[in-house]
Amino acid sequence: MSNKRSGAWSGGFVLLVALLLAGAFALVYLDSGVAVAAEVSAAADTGVTYAPAPKLTADDYPRVDRFNGRVAVWLAAQMHLWFAAFVLAVPIFVFIIEAIGMRTRDKRYDDMAYEFIKVSITAYSITAIFGGLLVFFLTIFYPHLFQYLTTIFKESMVYYALLFFAESAALYIYYYGWHWLQGGFRKWVHLTVGLLLNAVGTTLMFLANAWATFMMSPAGVDRAGVFSGDTWAAIHNVLWNPLNIHRVLANIAFGGSIVGAYAAFKFLSSTVAKEKAHYDWMGYNANFIAICALLPLPFAGYYLTAEIYAYSQQMGITSMGGIFAWLFIIQAVLIGTLFLSANYYLWCGMGRSDGAERYNKYVKYLAIGIIGAFLVWFTPHTLVLTNEELKALGGPYHKYLGPLGIMPAKNMAVNMMIIFTTISFLIYRRANKIPIVSWVSQGNAVLYALFATGILNILFLGIYHGYFTNTVYKVASSIPQVLTTLTIIVASTVIDASMYKGAKQVAPLHWGRIPDRAQYALFLLAVAFTWLMGLMGYIRSGLRQHWHVKDIFRDASPDAFTPTLGYAANVVSIGTILFLTLLIFIFWLSQLAGQKTSSGDYWKAQEPW
Amino acid sequence: MVNLAKVVAFSLLTIGFFAFFANFGIPEIKPAPPPVDEELDLSSMTMEGFVALGDRIFNGKGTCTLCHNPVGGRAPLLDDAAARIRERLRDPRYGGQAQTLEAYLRESMLEPSVFVVAGFGKAGTSDTESPMPVVSGGGIGMSEADISAVIAYLQDRWGLDITVEIPADVAEAQVAETSMAATPVRPLKSPQAAFTQFACTACHIFEEAGGQVGPNLSRIGAQRDREYLRRAILDPNADISDGFVPNLMPGTYAEQMYASELEMIVDYLAGLE
Ligand code: HEC
Ligand code: HEC
Ligand code: HEM
Repeated sequence: MSNKRSGAWSGGFVLLVALLLAGAFALVYLDSGVAVAAEVSAAADTGVTYAPAPKLTADDYPRVDRFNGRVAVWLAAQMHLWFAAFVLAVPIFVFIIEAIGMRTRDKRYDDMAYEFIKVSITAYSITAIFGGLLVFFLTIFYPHLFQYLTTIFKESMVYYALLFFAESAALYIYYYGWHWLQGGFRKWVHLTVGLLLNAVGTTLMFLANAWATFMMSPAGVDRAGVFSGDTWAAIHNVLWNPLNIHRVLANIAFGGSIVGAYAAFKFLSSTVAKEKAHYDWMGYNANFIAICALLPLPFAGYYLTAEIYAYSQQMGITSMGGIFAWLFIIQAVLIGTLFLSANYYLWCGMGRSDGAERYNKYVKYLAIGIIGAFLVWFTPHTLVLTNEELKALGGPYHKYLGPLGIMPAKNMAVNMMIIFTTISFLIYRRANKIPIVSWVSQGNAVLYALFATGILNILFLGIYHGYFTNTVYKVASSIPQVLTTLTIIVASTVIDASMYKGAKQVAPLHWGRIPDRAQYALFLLAVAFTWLMGLMGYIRSGLRQHWHVKDIFRDASPDAFTPTLGYAANVVSIGTILFLTLLIFIFWLSQLAGQKTSSGDYWKAQEPW
Repeated sequence: MVNLAKVVAFSLLTIGFFAFFANFGIPEIKPAPPPVDEELDLSSMTMEGFVALGDRIFNGKGTCTLCHNPVGGRAPLLDDAAARIRERLRDPRYGGQAQTLEAYLRESMLEPSVFVVAGFGKAGTSDTESPMPVVSGGGIGMSEADISAVIAYLQDRWGLDITVEIPADVAEAQVAETSMAATPVRPLKSPQAAFTQFACTACHIFEEAGGQVGPNLSRIGAQRDREYLRRAILDPNADISDGFVPNLMPGTYAEQMYASELEMIVDYLAGLE
């Protein structure tokens, strides 16, 4: 396609999108007029306009022979969530890489960014397909629930549609305009489109999150489920923001891990040294971004849990006390896997430089530290199942392991894991460099002191508050602990960066000089992340137990029971395999555009024009 | 292709490991099925049967032991609380309506936030809001009869005389339950809801609609200040507005309203200009 032609094409496209947007705006404008009128009438005769949540019986749930409606909804929702997360994460990721490229004027970043935005387009349509499938299954198998939810979110659905348009428009311009919007001012325009794309996508996700959290912590309705007419109140329910934060972070880390797996696969498949170097470098960057988002995730997770407790102590205890206590053991295994494989990849990467030998001896201590922290996190917390069990055990804590199972111990473990990962990073960055500033030994002394006092502080806070004060103060230590960890990360990065400013390289960095097994660490990261997301989707729904909308709208279907963990794990595993298969398909499609097969003499020869 | 096969095999192995661990690495637990409401035949029930029912509810459907247990420290123990509860009723902080132990227990279950045991309030509310759920609410869904049964069980366990009576029939208890579910969440969140709840609109016109027994309040904020309005609601006979007679407006709002509701109403009225 010639440059001029593609320019005109894009121009036409922009016009089309602008028209669409204008139309959508007009729709919203008209609709909001109606909505305001409806609100007034609802306010005048309070509660008359909306019905309470229906009280259903098993017969209200249509059945289709030999077809499990719950599993259908479950898988469709989970697939939709995975693809949505991926589709949202890739532009964030691409935006960051593009910005780095603009800053460093290193074209390799720009090319890598482009290579990824390509997959978004296909992934985007698959996301929409699964979204449609989810709505389809919901209307078939849970018609009353779907109707109840749409009544409440009716007003926001217009915005949903509008955002969907805006998202498509921004994505298409961002992708198709990539080569058109190059250089100087145009590059800035392009980056701005990328920012817009991310802003719209994130807002879209927040709207979707409102449905999920409304079902857990309903707001804007009274005890009988009568809607007050205020959609914003329903959206802005207690768990909305905690989930928003957790999902944004998790999505970035998830996107990074998938991109890392892609790079790993390309690395393994390529035979040319130059290509190997390119994909090694890509894998490194993807892993870097994934870890940056991974580090704050546990805190976001605990914030979410704290809010669940604050909203409903019952739901909080169900999450940490009932069968879900065991779920958090599985979660610990997965998160441990994530941290270990990310670190392992970094350690392997030290082989890229000849200077790294100096540091190899430290790696085993880091490994021991991380595994130790992992084991503490892994220790079961409360394993109460029923009141009978509680009585039989005499308490929810194990006699010997108990002290390791409580929250303060886990807080210590998480913080330790993060700090050790920070050290891994620090060592990795230093591996091939020799600092030239005059204050090297002082600087190192300060760093040692920083890490040592920080670690001691975290241990002291955890032990003191965890074991020598009463329950109410047990979690009081978590905030100063987190602050300590953050201080360590920021301060050590700043000190280290200024210390290694203009540092001499020991030897040239050999991108591509990394063992194959390191690439498998990247696969492990991606698979574990995907599986973890599925598992957490199960607990999010499971916490509501036999409620569609917690405490307001009861699930009366024969499937209202909570499935066992093993069963859930199997559904999640099937979902993961499905998702990864489709992902391979998407990546395969994206490279298809560059493939050419000679058609031989298939086409008749023609006179030139 | 070999690489793809290797990678796929590796991924399947990983997934298999996670699935294996979730299936066999941890004990197989069947989560409790959703609770089913017991078919009660109260007419032929003895007091022992009723106490036993309370026991079942206390340890089961009521989820009381989730919090009221000796290990978590999340809620006061109910093992031998009789003496303590009598003290609660004399506590200067106690602002509820209960005069008897039975009434206190009922109130604790239906309006937990009326009195919050020191140190057990929701974080950040300085013991004004209880983390205990309203037991008649959707989450637990205890009926009037269930609540009485739990009270009977507790009184029996504490060696006291049982003061509750077995409800005459289930239908009555059911009615009580549904009307309970339909009552709005208190404190009320909007002035309109409060006007409906306290029947102000029966006597007053707000926003062009309402009765004419009392003065039209559509522009009351232009004439009266907040101080006056508050007094007019809490003590209607303190000032009588021109052209009206005393003792018409109920003098009971002081007891019925939450402070936040009163302030909300006053704010709203003061703003009507
Ligand atoms: C989610 C946790 C939770 C559940 C479930 C729960 N409670 Fe409570 N309960 C509390 C807390 C916390 C307090 C103390 C704060 C207060 O006074 O409201 C309390 C206080 C009480 C009190 C007052 C005790 C005193 O010393 O004054 C009684 C009585 C009571 N609960 C009975 C029950 C019964 C009966 C049930 C089951 C039907 C139950 N609770 C279920 C958390 C709970
Ligand atoms: C049974 C009828 C009745 C009901 C119900 C009632 N009022 Fe009144 N209200 C009156 C009458 C009559 C007066 C005038 C006599 C007086 O001042 O006591 C009055 C006076 C007032 C005034 C003072 C007006 C002035 O200009 O002095 C206010 C304010 C007021 N009511 C608010 C309320 C609110 C708020 C409610 C509901 C919480 C309420 N009333 C419920 C009958 C009623
Ligand atoms: C390093 C630590 C953690 C990681 C890597 C992590 C990762 C994830 C991921 C990937 C998701 C799916 C996000 C999505 O669907 O968009 C998720 C969801 C969730 N996480 Fe975490 N998490 C961590 C810590 C925690 C902790 C400590 C808790 C609570 C104790 C927690 C509770 C949840 C819940 C309830 C969900 C369900 C949200 C949903 O999918 O709707 N997380 N987590």
